[in-house]
Amino acid sequence: MSKAGPNWGFPKTKVLRPKTKVMIELRNISKRFGAVLANDQINIKVETGTIHAIVGENGAGKSTAMRIAYGFYTPDSGEILIDGQVHQIRTPHDAIALGIGMVHQHFMLVDTMSVAENIVLGAEPGSALALDLATASSQIRKLSEEFKLSVDPGALIESLSVGQQQRVELLKALYRKAQLLILDEPTAVLTPQEVEEFFAILRSMREQGKTIVIITHKLSEVLAISDDVTVMRDGKVVGRVKTKETNAAELARLMVGREVLLRVEKTDAKPGVPRLEVVDLSVNVKGSTPRVDKVSFKVRAGEIVGIAGVEGNGQTELIEALAGLVESSQLSGSINFEGRDITRQSARARREQGIAHIPEDRHRRGLLLEFSLAENSILGVHYRPPVTAYAGNVFLDNAAIQQRANEIIQGFDVRPANAALPARALSGGNQQKLIIGREFKVDPRLLLVSQPTRGVDIGAIEFIHRKLVALRDGGCAILLVSAELEEVTSLSDRLLIIHKGRIVGEVDPKVTTVEEIGLLMTRGH
Amino acid sequence: MKDLFTIALFWSTIRTATPLLLAAMGGLFSERSGVINIALEGMMLAGAFTAAAVTYAAGNPFAGLAAGMAAGLLIAAIHAVVSIRYRADQVVTGTAINILMFGMPAFLSGAFFLSSGSTPQIPREHLVPWLPIVIAFGLVPTIWYVLYKTPFGLRLRSVGENPEAADAAGVPVARMRYAGVLLSGVLAGLGGAYLSIGQSSLFTRNMTSGRGFIALAALIFGKWRPVQTMLACLLFGFTEAVSYQMQGVFKFSGEDIPVQFIQMVPYVLTIIVLAGFIGHSRPPRALGMPYQKER
Repeated sequence: MSKAGPNWGFPKTKVLRPKTKVMIELRNISKRFGAVLANDQINIKVETGTIHAIVGENGAGKSTAMRIAYGFYTPDSGEILIDGQVHQIRTPHDAIALGIGMVHQHFMLVDTMSVAENIVLGAEPGSALALDLATASSQIRKLSEEFKLSVDPGALIESLSVGQQQRVELLKALYRKAQLLILDEPTAVLTPQEVEEFFAILRSMREQGKTIVIITHKLSEVLAISDDVTVMRDGKVVGRVKTKETNAAELARLMVGREVLLRVEKTDAKPGVPRLEVVDLSVNVKGSTPRVDKVSFKVRAGEIVGIAGVEGNGQTELIEALAGLVESSQLSGSINFEGRDITRQSARARREQGIAHIPEDRHRRGLLLEFSLAENSILGVHYRPPVTAYAGNVFLDNAAIQQRANEIIQGFDVRPANAALPARALSGGNQQKLIIGREFKVDPRLLLVSQPTRGVDIGAIEFIHRKLVALRDGGCAILLVSAELEEVTSLSDRLLIIHKGRIVGEVDPKVTTVEEIGLLMTRGH
Repeated sequence: MKDLFTIALFWSTIRTATPLLLAAMGGLFSERSGVINIALEGMMLAGAFTAAAVTYAAGNPFAGLAAGMAAGLLIAAIHAVVSIRYRADQVVTGTAINILMFGMPAFLSGAFFLSSGSTPQIPREHLVPWLPIVIAFGLVPTIWYVLYKTPFGLRLRSVGENPEAADAAGVPVARMRYAGVLLSGVLAGLGGAYLSIGQSSLFTRNMTSGRGFIALAALIFGKWRPVQTMLACLLFGFTEAVSYQMQGVFKFSGEDIPVQFIQMVPYVLTIIVLAGFIGHSRPPRALGMPYQKER
């Protein structure tokens, strides 16, 4: 590497030559946010040259612990040892100087800047008077080759796919000579194929002596990639095991604190009459290829039809078209519900006939975050009885709203169980349970559901899956879109594969393999 | 009509564009770092009054210019501390500063010069009609270079776009924003100083008459980029210059068009430009959002 000078106004990065076997150790770390004790006397030890997984449900304190190690938060008490020595890490800048790099769950990239600019930001080569992006680009290319992280240094971040953006994040850490890489939920945004590539990269980094900490809640990935596992629950470390000596069931039990069913239990579907019939449906976009391209399928009463595909292949548009959220001028073909053509009907008209929708993005389509749980629990029925009353139903009936909200909160185990709280105060999993409860409450005849368990804890996933199966058994037709291959294969009775807006195949989820689906998803045949 | 477009109009355009340009370049530093600066107007007023008062007292326009910039810096420091350290709403803070600086010169001129809002006349030989113009236009390429070709500029832009990302990369977010806001004060103060001891020869009450806001409009019209912003300032300067020249030239049914109508032209243009032509001007993504580390 050329004489790197990533140090304008910054101390030189110390390249650690590990003398001891322990790269980083968190000792008795505690951190409180208001009333919540996010980390309670935790101890985590990561050996040099290993891949260490930290698992736990949302809110277990894994991210907090690692953000402390990276200097984003300062701990209330406890100490951090790097390479056997106690260090004060007050800012990310301190952490970087100690050879720690972190890739956050939400990428820390400036969209409007180039790859090279993002990578060197804060550690620029050249002098204070001249930013040397040419040197930076050649250094980046070298690192790209060394770690097989191909990306164009001149490209703008906003033009890259999430997989490429993640590579930029890794390069950013490597450019800063990180010996320890902390990865927060790195696979959440990747397709199954990308995950494989990503794991290969991690393994090659380990071979080159890097130490990796991976925060995740996906047990299959923990088992596939890690050497050791630390399990956290409710802010405490509840166990540490060698990956070779454990299994998914044990990890799940440690995480949740009770036995968890990892497979969905369901009987065979007893499909009835077709409820939804989609014929040659397209979602057209001016000046571009159709997002959904002449799609035809049926969903019958009492069955779950799954749609698998790499994200961004038209799933979002398809579901939104069915829910009545796409301009009808953009649509061609027809959508029939119980024999009636609803292609041009509004979202409200569709809801009134018994179509419910659990959207993929709960913050954008699912909730009004500043509104209370009670108010959120009536969205979609807010204009009609039983939640309105008096003078021709122009007033909201507060007692009825409270009652409805409480029924949902109790029926779907929403925590904290306080209908007056704003939706923002809930964890993602509890927000999701509120939405699911609300949509179930209308006794849907057709349920459109997208990413039902995204960002949801395994305990809650089990619950949501059981509710979906129960709804199916009650005779509802369900159309399910999920990026989680395991979820969509285990829940669905029939599985359609979507690729570039087209349905490219149907498989039987009971006999199909990940390879078969993966090929259809990526190549379309 | 023909004698409207003359070399005199050209210089008039340059002169009227200069204070706008200085303030807009200041605003650029502040807003690129993520801090809304509608206090440009107040900073200009501070600079204009202080420059005139110091030049009059010291008999030295360079002392006046320096004092004008210092005054802008001081006001900017208030804006910076309140909106960065204490994370106050930047629009409210800026408005408060503008109101304060509307009254402050009147108060101080009463105390020092026994007048109600203006300073005494400054002798011609103590004026600086050219230096600020040279500085203003010389700054444009300099600022372009600083913004796009130095580590400082990269960091400044990054905290304005995505402070979390900048923080994670080890960039001190607050320090960069202080730098941006303080620089804006210095430049807006200089812009104000030019009004009182360059274009004019004394400070008069509310002599900026909205130029800080027009500078802000130019910054938006120029998409927060130095060269485009300069062009926008020239456009606004040009309309103002034309409006001076038009006075008494155009007739409507044989009557002179009232001066007030002609004076409206730059402001009306500002509104039209902002409403109609800037459609795709995208502000720095974190503009106006205080950065807080621990939620």
